Amino acid sequence: MSTRPLFSFFGGVHPPMHKDVSTGQPIDVMPLAERYILPLHQNIGQPAKPVVSVGERVLKGQRIGHAEGYVSVALHAPTSGTIADIGAYPVPHPSGLSDNCIVMTADGADEWTECVALPDYENINPSHLRNIVREAGIVGLGGAGFPSFIKLNPGTHKKIDTLIMNGIECEPYITCDDMLMRERAAEIVAGIRIIRHALQANRVLIAIEDNKPQAIKSIEEAIRGESAMEVVACPTRYPQGSEKQLVEALTGKEIPSEALPLHVGIVVHNVGTAAAVYRAIMLGEPLTSRIITVTGGGVAQPRNVEARIGTVIEDILAHCGGPTAETRKLIMGGPMMGFALHSDRAPVVKTTNCLLAATAEEIPDRGPALPCIRCGACSDACPARLLPQQLFWYAQAKDLDKIQEYNLFDCIECGCCAYVCPSNIPLVHYYRFAKTEIWAREREKEKAELARQRFDFRQTRLEREKAERAARHKKKRDELHSEEPSAAPATETKKAAILAAMERAKKKKDAPRITPANTEALTPQQQQMIEEVEQRRRQSRPNPEQQSAASNGDK
Amino acid sequence: MEFRTASSPHNHVRTSVTTVMVRVLLGLVPGMIAWVYFFGTGLIVHLALALTTAYLAELALLAIRRKAIGLFLSDGSAAVTACLLVLALPPMAPWWISVTGTLFAIVVAKQLYGGLGFNPFNPAMAGYAMLLVSFPREMTIWTAPLSLAPQTLSFVDTVKAIFVQTLPDNITVDAVTMATPLDILKTELALEKTVAAITQTSPLFGSMSGIGWEWINGAFLLGGLWLIYKRVVSWHVPGSMLVSLGLISLIAHLIAPEQYVSPLFHLLSGATMLGAFFIATDPVTAPTTPRGRIVFGASIGALVFVIRSYGGYPDAVAFAVLLMNMVTPTLDYYTQPRVYGHKR
Repeated sequence: MSTRPLFSFFGGVHPPMHKDVSTGQPIDVMPLAERYILPLHQNIGQPAKPVVSVGERVLKGQRIGHAEGYVSVALHAPTSGTIADIGAYPVPHPSGLSDNCIVMTADGADEWTECVALPDYENINPSHLRNIVREAGIVGLGGAGFPSFIKLNPGTHKKIDTLIMNGIECEPYITCDDMLMRERAAEIVAGIRIIRHALQANRVLIAIEDNKPQAIKSIEEAIRGESAMEVVACPTRYPQGSEKQLVEALTGKEIPSEALPLHVGIVVHNVGTAAAVYRAIMLGEPLTSRIITVTGGGVAQPRNVEARIGTVIEDILAHCGGPTAETRKLIMGGPMMGFALHSDRAPVVKTTNCLLAATAEEIPDRGPALPCIRCGACSDACPARLLPQQLFWYAQAKDLDKIQEYNLFDCIECGCCAYVCPSNIPLVHYYRFAKTEIWAREREKEKAELARQRFDFRQTRLEREKAERAARHKKKRDELHSEEPSAAPATETKKAAILAAMERAKKKKDAPRITPANTEALTPQQQQMIEEVEQRRRQSRPNPEQQSAASNGDK
Repeated sequence: MEFRTASSPHNHVRTSVTTVMVRVLLGLVPGMIAWVYFFGTGLIVHLALALTTAYLAELALLAIRRKAIGLFLSDGSAAVTACLLVLALPPMAPWWISVTGTLFAIVVAKQLYGGLGFNPFNPAMAGYAMLLVSFPREMTIWTAPLSLAPQTLSFVDTVKAIFVQTLPDNITVDAVTMATPLDILKTELALEKTVAAITQTSPLFGSMSGIGWEWINGAFLLGGLWLIYKRVVSWHVPGSMLVSLGLISLIAHLIAPEQYVSPLFHLLSGATMLGAFFIATDPVTAPTTPRGRIVFGASIGALVFVIRSYGGYPDAVAFAVLLMNMVTPTLDYYTQPRVYGHKR
């Protein structure tokens, strides 16, 4: 039997869910299209690097993009065909700008590349397992798109106590996880077993909101006999699916600010990701398709489709009988956190969980905003327990220091504040604006700091050269003086020699600034190291005057 | 196909500022009905005057400030200010009292500070305070409860009395006016009478507080609880204000019952309930943090007791609220909640 969560999270809202719009039909597999557009940047982190060339024939599942850098995953061909182009094409991004994509033309054969299954995963080195997941191109399918292999690493400092499987799906309209859990529970549970093995997690909590009774039932049947797995039926409330809020609701723990759940012995994965991990390990299939909810009044047959990554949105909408003439907005994701697209010519990517073709009645345009009346509805709704009205105030005033004092960067942009605001203020928009302003300012600061360091270095170099020149001149002068003929007795000459030697030694001590001349064109780090060493040297060595005074006393 | 774009979230609750203000006005209705029942139709005349003045002033100022007139006139905040001010005025005060008070509230206390959302002081209470210090005589002549008055005025007589300050030939001023119970208490206590002696000799005192006042306060309490149920106001300000006033007056009453009236009298007198649920809760001028609201409400409760017991004015809600409005930004600053994931 499923249990209720023991804890709760702060704030949140109860928007109308509209889930039943798209749950009437089973998951529908999209027919093969003629053309696929695969953006190279589909995840948090670095984009993939193309490893194919235009005109090359590729097979389904063949790697066409290589994971570049650590936070990156591979990219695969969604079907067999030829690479038509590699270049800038419209991508699903709020800016509406284009980005690097691999475009391929399908040959209709849909021929698979060779898939290597590893059913004996329990005897495989976890780091190898992680690499397979990385090479399979798997990212978090809940929406954020963080490379999953990183979250399969338990780290060294702490044991993983709880693996949380996120089947919350708290955004209105979206039902792709719900339908996946209803129809493919066995795949999900098999994937959970692999993830649990990789993390060596003590127990697994599968969190599902209680507005999905069929999904709860089907997962419960699939985990029968699994002693370490438990389904937790959470009371429906947005944004429970947010990692931080889910951890708080299930365990009562808070993830420290700017830290990961790993720090409190928890890892959270989406249920869809588990199914993808199952396919990658047990069948050897990389991530080439996902379940997408196609919903809203703008499509005649709303439902969930299994679409290949790279399918153009236009094709998907057409497959579901849309967009109708009444469609006003096309939102990728849900109405709370999704972003509105300018056009349907962009493709779907690994993180596309929902396409909401909304009519004007469903998603009306935001009316004019009134001034904030400080009613506090936003702070009551904020799951991060921030003071959104204060953040708004400082964002409006462009007071970027003060807004950080009020912890702007703890904002998860869930939209609860703007959702409840009676003055209709687009609060989240202001926070995004302030965040980008701060990032721009930080970059400016870094640039200025670099310029300052360069200037300082030039100054020290000039001073050093001046000192060196002076020293050379002095030396020359001294040499000229010592060469002068002297009528002094031998002892006097001896004394003068000793004095000169002492003078030289003293000069050596006095001039710590004279550094070897091969220190030009240093990097700022090298320069800093040198400065630190000299600082230590000066501190460890007593003042020359004091030293000579002490030696005089000894006499 | 091309689509319209906007920033998320794309959906929104139906509640607007207008909804909030209309609910506040609805919450006032039970108290207003009780008010008219006990003190006559003067309230209705003054409401009409104040509402008209408020909207004309708002219209003029919005036009001068070149603001979106339709948008701001429909927010309902001017109506709330007008109603709260009138509920603080003597029901038979001359017409210019409510007109000047409303003008001051809307023009000076609200619009000159930047309009809706930007006023540091509660506009209605600022208007009331201005009237009280400028016109103390007109502001302290209160109407006798209808049940005690030997003669009552018809609606037409009331209108005449308010506009031209004339009463029908057979009715004297003394027949229709009386001091308020809080006023009598203050003056008689100053003459070193005991609380028991005062409440027993004056006919103005009922079983719990003043005649009429106990019911009016009860009706405002009812409307206020509905506002909390509707989540228009949070419990923090009214709850802490009433608990603080009740506790302090209870302690004083237990120590010296001859000098200090019962807590029940305090809670059901004057503007206590109106202040707790409708005035102190004005979101613009009250703190926004839960802890800030508790400190704010509790301080108002304490100030009400202090001003009523030792101050120069019989009732104290307006001054207590205005004083605490001054420290609202400070309270907000020092009572910030702990953010998720930050140190406990």
